[in-house]
Amino acid sequence: MDNNVAVNAKTIHEEEFFYGHKACAGCGGSIAVRLALKVIGPRVFTVIPANCMSAVSFLYPVMPFSVNALGASFPATGAILSGIEAAAKSQGLEDYYIVGFAGDGGTADIGLQALSGAIDRNDRVIYICYDNEAYMNTGVQESSLTPFGAKTTTSPAGQNRPGTITRKKNMFEIVAAHHIGYAATASVGYPQDYMNKIAKAKQHPGISYIHVMAPCPTGWSTPPDLTVALGKAAVDCGLWYLAEYQEGNFKLNKDPKEFGSLEKYLLQQGRFKHLTTEHIGEIEQQRDAMWQKIRTKCQ
Amino acid sequence: MTGYQDFICGDEAIALGVKLARPNVIAAYPITPQTIVVEKLSEYVEDGSLKSEYIHVESEHSAIMAVLGASAMGVRTFTATSSQGLLYMVEGLPFVSGGRFPVVMMNANRVIAVPWSIFNDHNDSLAVLNLGWIQMYVEDAQEALDMVIQAYKIAEDPAVSTPLMINLDGFVLTHTYELVDIPGQDLVDKFLPPYVTTNKLSLEKPMSVCIGAGPDWHTEFRYKQQTDFMQIGKVINNVDAEFAEMFGRSYGGLVEKYFCDDAEAILVTMGSVTSTVRAVVDKMRLAGYKVGLLKLRFMRPFPLEEMLSLSDSVKTIGVLDKDVSYGFEGTVFTNVNSALSRKKCSPATVNFIGGLAGRNISQNNFEDMFLELLKFDSSSTEDRVKFINLRWE
Amino acid sequence: MTRPEISKFVAPKKPEEMPTPIAKAGFIIEKNAGWRNLRPVVNIEKCVNCLQCYLVCPEGTVYRAGDKVAIDYDFCKGCGICAHECRPQAIVMIPEEE
Repeated sequence: MDNNVAVNAKTIHEEEFFYGHKACAGCGGSIAVRLALKVIGPRVFTVIPANCMSAVSFLYPVMPFSVNALGASFPATGAILSGIEAAAKSQGLEDYYIVGFAGDGGTADIGLQALSGAIDRNDRVIYICYDNEAYMNTGVQESSLTPFGAKTTTSPAGQNRPGTITRKKNMFEIVAAHHIGYAATASVGYPQDYMNKIAKAKQHPGISYIHVMAPCPTGWSTPPDLTVALGKAAVDCGLWYLAEYQEGNFKLNKDPKEFGSLEKYLLQQGRFKHLTTEHIGEIEQQRDAMWQKIRTKCQ
Repeated sequence: MTGYQDFICGDEAIALGVKLARPNVIAAYPITPQTIVVEKLSEYVEDGSLKSEYIHVESEHSAIMAVLGASAMGVRTFTATSSQGLLYMVEGLPFVSGGRFPVVMMNANRVIAVPWSIFNDHNDSLAVLNLGWIQMYVEDAQEALDMVIQAYKIAEDPAVSTPLMINLDGFVLTHTYELVDIPGQDLVDKFLPPYVTTNKLSLEKPMSVCIGAGPDWHTEFRYKQQTDFMQIGKVINNVDAEFAEMFGRSYGGLVEKYFCDDAEAILVTMGSVTSTVRAVVDKMRLAGYKVGLLKLRFMRPFPLEEMLSLSDSVKTIGVLDKDVSYGFEGTVFTNVNSALSRKKCSPATVNFIGGLAGRNISQNNFEDMFLELLKFDSSSTEDRVKFINLRWE
Repeated sequence: MTRPEISKFVAPKKPEEMPTPIAKAGFIIEKNAGWRNLRPVVNIEKCVNCLQCYLVCPEGTVYRAGDKVAIDYDFCKGCGICAHECRPQAIVMIPEEE
């Protein structure tokens, strides 16, 4: 792919590099992986730690990745990316990319140490976190990226608690605080924006981090055909912003004057159905505080 | 570069061996008493005498994973650790061995907490015996350097394709200085060709590596792993012979038998303590005692044949364990007993637990052990597991 | 061919044929078609070739066919995202039995 050609549906690789996998119908993570690979192309080494994407992709003899892929252990993504890059460098390889596809657990929880190390080392690798907001692969358990009020199998909603009581960790800011060269948030609900950011990551000479919101019909209890619409609604109602961090500066790609309906976004999902008006009010306040912070950072 | 001699410690010997072996990628996290290895390697990389990519990993888990990633690209790799660090990377060990990647690792044998200590014993490496790595123990700095070079030759043999752990006793060997022959680079290059493999990711032939296998195929993968592993002993012995021819030093392969042919009592030891026992055997032989020493160089593959071929003159075997598998006995003892159980008339065995957290075992201690073995009554029902050098006797 | 084809798996018949845990990339041995309750049908006349459906399909089973799109029914799971996202509503989901 030419550096200067705009990346869009007509210019991305037509070939499918992630095909015949056993993910759920309507899987947001699959969209994230598939599109990223079509932007990056076949000269790639992928690392997939324990997550939905690896669980559906490496069962002998069926291999849905038709590009190089290493099924890593859960915490290891950041370290393996560095190892592959070091080897590639020592071999004098040219014109290749290394990309990791970790989930929210493999990024913000068990994978955080290795990610932090990888950013510190600043090798030329692309780290993509596809965020479905819980440990979906193992049956929808809470992660540190599960938002306040979401019910999961380890944070059930009941008389005493409204599901998850902790707040979603801001990985984008954590990564930016490492002085990373390029980081971005994205959503499968805005596929063009996501592809643009992958293309940018390809150009970056050090490590890039892309955090893509990837709704999960199974874990969110939503119909499979709404995945992309939910990915868009998450952005439009302000719970997820589209932003970039480059050369020490924050930039919002979308700064809406008005947000879409938070209540509508939340209550159409089974995992939020139990929320009261009070809870939704609390979530709204958290959202507004988050936007105040990011807008200030962008000035 | 021609060979030369230098007065170096065990850690530095390892570092020099690694430099001569020319790995493409090194990833190791510092931990006492391995630190000198990683420090020296970073110096060699800085001054250009070692052309490796040196990855500053942020933990041992990331160290093993980084070398896994690099080895999966088909390049030669090295890592090193000890004790707590070895346990932190445990999850990665069967990834590397199951994936058949010939990573070479140096482990500085050190206590695993609790109680915590930086000093030497064998609980760390023996705790991970089941994880599919070739596991060996060196006696001195010369053997340490030589075995790094041999390790790559063994591990990278296509019939082997299995990672190898070289164990050095912490402080006793890692930090003790000896005169060591450092071979020339040309000679090492002649002995150790570049690593070539098809077991890798490649742009020309994309692969999926570190794959999964369900109940339908898993057993067959493991059967292959085990049957392949049982052939590794032959390669180890062959490489030892080849090394002897080229470098003039032989270590005997899986074991070294010292005065075992007509011995009545032998001691089985691993690592640096072997040197002490050699001296005791020499002294006692002069006094007419028929004692011998079996230096166990490799715990995996376990030298089954070498155990079974011990002479019938051997009536009692003492096994020194610098470890305890709590609730039963020393791990080396378990392995030796299992091997000997296949022998028609197997000798009596006694387990000596000693040297924990670097506690010294003197020549006198070994003499006493031999004397005990020589007069041991095989019909005795006393506990076969004995702690030596306990404060309360 | 932009998508991997279904291959025949030849099981190792003896220990010597058993591989190590590394496998050829892009090896599929069966269809995923049996998952569907609904299937997408593209109305070629209405399709404006915006390729939104092609972008957002989790499977990659909506593929570019000339200046329109087509569906690989061997691997489509019937999730309905393509129909939901199609702006000219050129894709409809119909029951699988029809």
